[in-house]
Amino acid sequence: MAKTTASAALGEEWAGVSGKSISHTPTRRQVFLDVGFRRLCWIFAALTLLFAALLMLRIFVAALPAMRQYGPGFLVGTTWDPEHGHYGILPQIWGTLYTSLLALIIATAFGVAAAVYLSEGYLSQTIYGILRRFNLHLNPLWGKLPDRMEDLLRNLIELLAAIPSVVYGLWGLFVVIPLIRPICDWLHAKLGWIPFFNTDLSGPGVLPAVLVLSIMLLPTITAISSSALVAVPSKLRMAAYGMGATRWETILGVIIPTAARGIFGGVILAFGRALGETMALAMLVGNANVISLSLFSPANTLAALLANTFPEAPPNEVSILMYAALVLLGITLVVNVMGSVILQRASAALEGTNK
Amino acid sequence: MTNNRWNRGVSLGLIAMLIACTGCNKSQGATEVVKLQGAGASFPAPLYLKWFKAYNSAHNNVQVDYQSVGSGSGVKSFVDKTVDFGASDAAMKPEDIARVETGVQLLPMTAGAIVLTCNLKDVSGLKLSRKAYSGIFLGKVTKWNDPLIAKANPGVTLPATPIHVVVRADSSGTTFVFSKHLSAINEEFAKSPGTNNMPDWPVGTRSKGNEGVTASVMTTPGSIGYVEYGYARGQSLAMAALENKSGEFVMPSTASGQAALASAQLPENMIVWASDPDAKDAYPIVTYTWLLLYKKYPDKKKLAALQDLLNYGLTDGQKDSEALGYLPLPQSVVDRDKAALQNIKSE
Repeated sequence: MAKTTASAALGEEWAGVSGKSISHTPTRRQVFLDVGFRRLCWIFAALTLLFAALLMLRIFVAALPAMRQYGPGFLVGTTWDPEHGHYGILPQIWGTLYTSLLALIIATAFGVAAAVYLSEGYLSQTIYGILRRFNLHLNPLWGKLPDRMEDLLRNLIELLAAIPSVVYGLWGLFVVIPLIRPICDWLHAKLGWIPFFNTDLSGPGVLPAVLVLSIMLLPTITAISSSALVAVPSKLRMAAYGMGATRWETILGVIIPTAARGIFGGVILAFGRALGETMALAMLVGNANVISLSLFSPANTLAALLANTFPEAPPNEVSILMYAALVLLGITLVVNVMGSVILQRASAALEGTNK
Repeated sequence: MTNNRWNRGVSLGLIAMLIACTGCNKSQGATEVVKLQGAGASFPAPLYLKWFKAYNSAHNNVQVDYQSVGSGSGVKSFVDKTVDFGASDAAMKPEDIARVETGVQLLPMTAGAIVLTCNLKDVSGLKLSRKAYSGIFLGKVTKWNDPLIAKANPGVTLPATPIHVVVRADSSGTTFVFSKHLSAINEEFAKSPGTNNMPDWPVGTRSKGNEGVTASVMTTPGSIGYVEYGYARGQSLAMAALENKSGEFVMPSTASGQAALASAQLPENMIVWASDPDAKDAYPIVTYTWLLLYKKYPDKKKLAALQDLLNYGLTDGQKDSEALGYLPLPQSVVDRDKAALQNIKSE
């Protein structure tokens, strides 16, 4: 009974509002803007898809002659010998996946750790502690320092993404390789029986490429992971502490699993970037068509092959390179699809929402 | 109303610009500007660009646009007739020449040498015999103290470390010439990998461009790689003396390179490979680089400008080549080039 009167009162109130005619039917201009904006968005979205489709179509058409001539044997051939007309890209496929995966593992470990460090307030607490010792923590100027430092560090990591890839390549060539050479030589001499160390480092090779690539992937993973971690509701954190969990337990058991979906998303994005990374790898990977587990052996990647060979490729080779480009595109697509499937399953399981 | 005023302003501006332009044309002389388009080899590009710039400052009615897109693309553009002239380190294949119905005139314009540079601490003046350096690039000679290397370097203590070979990762005319030379002196190399812009090297890491190979050699102790002489000289890299056909060990230099060029006779089509010169003082790995011209040009003015430009390159231009690390052409070759240049006709 009470309910009906309430709703009746509400109805009257609504009627009253409309009677004062605050609301009215949209003017022609509003309709035009609304519909126009919607159509514009639709056109841009469609154009993006269209361009992607055109790009793939163009590569496919250009690759068609080579696909007819070499067929699937191209994917398992191990020599690239224009002199005798033998073309195969298995070493490049192997090198692309091997370097990307290794770099991804390193970058994920460091990237997620950096994201936790930034988003869980480790840095600001340390600085706060120091300020407090000097009794500056309530000072209007110094008191802002903890947050500012955190912002600075976050920006510095994101700045890594702005460094041109050729600079990474040069840095790898002139800094990383001389730096790791003594360690690699020692590992090869003492532990040469392990397949990972069974060749000696001859300058450019898998390990320098992986190390530099992992630094290049760091900003992607850190940025996305830290925004995912920040988005974890603070109630969860408080609840975990309230139940007597240590900080360590809270981070590993509650916060990271909750943010898992975002972190996985960052990792997959980074993997896509690793697969397509060209210049730094062309400079650091050694570009030799070798399939080896050894971290010190030179290797080759699809993107590096394209970058090195394309500029002076004769017409028949252009088609073969387009075929290789199509394979790279295919690998990226498969990785992305697999990634999003894993993302769905794994993050659902970690978040505990699939029960 | 506003629209009209705007229009008038724009048209006034356009007229003013037009007048200004005709004015500057007149001040340049009554002749119109001749534009020449060229594309091709990157190896001689610094020299060509220097010539074209110097020529343009003396004759500002001739503008030359040269794009160093590589020998392969240069030949392709030349065959497709999208350029006025091409340039190639690998000359032109007979089947490509046959595809140009107006006829092709090749002119050797300059020459270069390819050197082996290595990174060996405490070893200077390394000498490499023919067997040694062809063996290194075949992956048969793998240690620096290999008897083949030690024999040619008495009194030098060679390290017992592995040889890290560095080759080019990109398709290049330099690689073509180097692999052609190795094929000429080593039968095994001729069978596989053979002569190519990008052969399937059995050993080594690969780097892009002269600068990539140089960087790899500089940062890798115990490495060896091949680069152009001009580049190696500019970076003061350590170069090895190589054994030539008559058994002498010769350091790369302008003199030894020219001796090698002089030993190769230019045939009618102007294509000659000094793949293995036999003169005593000749450095073994040298090559010409060619300009590709049509035998007939439809445009008289273009042809006259082109002939004058190339004459400049063959006379005054040759003086620039040594400073940039190229080998000046022997006089006999310059004379042959000039005669051939005069034979090009306009339709």
